[in-house]
Amino acid sequence: METAQKLNDTAQTNPAARMAQEPETMNQRIPYPERTIGKPLCDDPKMSMRNVDVFYGDSQAIYGVDLDIGKNEVIALIGPSGCGKSTFLRCLNRMNDTIDICKVKGSFMLEQDNIYDPKLDVVELRARVGMVFQKPNPFPKSIYENVAYGPRLHGLANKKFELDEIVESSLRKAGLWDEVKDRLDQPGTGLSGGQQQRLCIARSIAVSPEVVLMDEPCSALDPIATAKIEELIDELSGQYTIAIVTHSMQQAARVSQRTAYFHLGRLIEVNDTNTVFTAPEHALTEAYITGRFG
Amino acid sequence: MSKTTEQVRKSLKARYSSEKRFRAFGITAVAFGLLAVVVLFTDIISKGTSAFVETYIQLEIHWDPEELGIDDPTDPDQINVADYDALIKAALRERFPEVEGRLDRRALYQLVSSGAGFKLRDQLAANLDLLGTTQTQWLLADDDVDIFIKADVEDRQSKRLPEVARPWVEALERDGQTDIQWNASFFSHGDSREPEQAGVWAAVTGSFFTMLVTLALAFPIGVAAAVYLEEFAPKNRFTDFIEVNINNLAAVPSIIFGLLGLAIFINLFGLPRSVPLVGGLVLTLMTLPTIIISARASIKSVPPSIREAALGMGASRMQMVMHHVLPLAMPGMLTGAIIGMAQALGETAPLLMIGMVAFIVDIPGGPLDASTVLPVQIYLWADSPEASFVALTSAAIMVLLAFLITMNTLAVLLRKRLERRW
Ligand SMILES: Nc1ncnc2c1ncn2[C@@H]1O[C@H](COP(=O)(O)OP(=O)(O)O)[C@@H](O)[C@H]1O
Ligand SMILES: [Mg+2]
Repeated sequence: METAQKLNDTAQTNPAARMAQEPETMNQRIPYPERTIGKPLCDDPKMSMRNVDVFYGDSQAIYGVDLDIGKNEVIALIGPSGCGKSTFLRCLNRMNDTIDICKVKGSFMLEQDNIYDPKLDVVELRARVGMVFQKPNPFPKSIYENVAYGPRLHGLANKKFELDEIVESSLRKAGLWDEVKDRLDQPGTGLSGGQQQRLCIARSIAVSPEVVLMDEPCSALDPIATAKIEELIDELSGQYTIAIVTHSMQQAARVSQRTAYFHLGRLIEVNDTNTVFTAPEHALTEAYITGRFG
Repeated sequence: MSKTTEQVRKSLKARYSSEKRFRAFGITAVAFGLLAVVVLFTDIISKGTSAFVETYIQLEIHWDPEELGIDDPTDPDQINVADYDALIKAALRERFPEVEGRLDRRALYQLVSSGAGFKLRDQLAANLDLLGTTQTQWLLADDDVDIFIKADVEDRQSKRLPEVARPWVEALERDGQTDIQWNASFFSHGDSREPEQAGVWAAVTGSFFTMLVTLALAFPIGVAAAVYLEEFAPKNRFTDFIEVNINNLAAVPSIIFGLLGLAIFINLFGLPRSVPLVGGLVLTLMTLPTIIISARASIKSVPPSIREAALGMGASRMQMVMHHVLPLAMPGMLTGAIIGMAQALGETAPLLMIGMVAFIVDIPGGPLDASTVLPVQIYLWADSPEASFVALTSAAIMVLLAFLITMNTLAVLLRKRLERRW
């Protein structure tokens, strides 16, 4: 009892002692694999990333990740918090450009195009690779304006009726049309959390992106709203390539075909979702799946 | 009762009493502030209201062409230079035939304002048929008569009206030949050496043009600077340096800005003195820091998730700012602008430096006409020896406050309109 107390004290007061303690319990005991285990690459990729390193200032957040995202597949990115899932996802539509200290290395291809090509315009890229954020963030404008924003921005609709059509079809795809069709002129921020998130999804698919990135889209929602979003992702999966970061392994199991497990900036294992959850190959993956840390 | 609950109860007592103490402090502070405001307002209003009316004297005017010195009524020059004061003097002599002697006569003539002749001139110019007729006219009284009439009977001893003139004025009053009327000239004239003719309108227009220049420059420049610093500028030593300097600038005494304006706008650029344009430029320099600081704060308060959403949809930074950040930050920016403008409106010291303290009779027609501003006018009148200027000063303060309240109300209404209710 007394020694434990003492140990705890040193851990709290002395950072070095704490650092030494942590790896022993989590990381160092299980070594990282030489290279990503499983099937990180596909035959017909929509996006393919190679040798990805990401730094925030001097600290590295992603270490040498290779990953392909297949056409029209849903890939789930899982891992303990702080392992770099969001960071990796945000590289895919260059949202990290907005963070001054963030440096991205490696090659990122969206089909034939190099995402980080200086000649490629981020405006075009983000029209092709849309993003849905963790916290529902509709614009403080009407529901209609929220969905119409992207098409207007990219000049996808010149006439009012074309825009109306895009708004309706996007809201239909997002499963929100029936709930909001009578109040399109009301503020998007007046919807419930789940509706707001579906509105955000409608907003991002209104520009017909090829890829939709979702960063923990359900973490701020209740179970029923979550179920609706999952259903929606399932429906969208035929038409869009979707990369979804999730904290919930059940969710990953329900919506994705492939699952990638990140651990402290390394991509440990990528496999069919089934395989990852039933027969993880790497010990770290297994530890995470079985809830030893998270 | 457990030991914890006991402890909690003990600490609760201290907590409640400290809360009570704090509330008492707060209420005292608010009450004190309110009291000060009430005292201030009662003082200003009680002193100032009498300036909104002025005394007129009724006289029989004979439009005698000979007395006027007009032989050809069709000649406008003759109408202009005619001796209207002679008519007034004749009318006064007729009313008080008993007054003899040079000194007494002079005192008699001074019952009527020296500006009263202009009123007769304007009337004759408009209607030449008056020549040769006789007419009762209400003529503006001199300020000493005005004060005497307005004062309570017991107080009249202390007034400045000469001893000899008192019975005359009392006689006029008895015969119903004095009247207190709305002081329209206060709201249509410029400054004057004669309190009864002095008006605040030149200063009001001067203030208006100055504020216009200030708003037109300070708001866009301040907002642009704030947007640049918040959204585009890299965060480095240089921008830190700028930030520190903006904060320092907000604390610089305003008279320094006046000296700066004198050196740069007038001496270097050769802009004219005493004009609202230069006043506006100086006040722009003075209000910019306030506007920039508050605009930055309101830009900062726009949630980052909105920015991410816009960028994620493919908006450029500029589009993100224009479509989302500015509309959301606008109400806050307007609040800052109101504070800055209110400060600028009440500012005197820097404007003295650039010559807006001049004696201005004409109503300025634009930002390049020599003019003064309300606070400077107040300063000038407060400094004048005549007793009537005391009332004028308070009246001008009331006009300034009304100006301020109008400006703020407009801004608040505008902000309400812009404010999104979601
Ligand atoms: N804007 C940032 N600046 C500095 N470090 C960051 C920033 N964003 C994330 N990081 C760091 O990068 C690592 C990965 O973060 P993140 O990608 O958000 O993890 P996850 O989404 O998997 O929880 C963390 O160690 C985090 O502290
Ligand atoms: Mg994250």
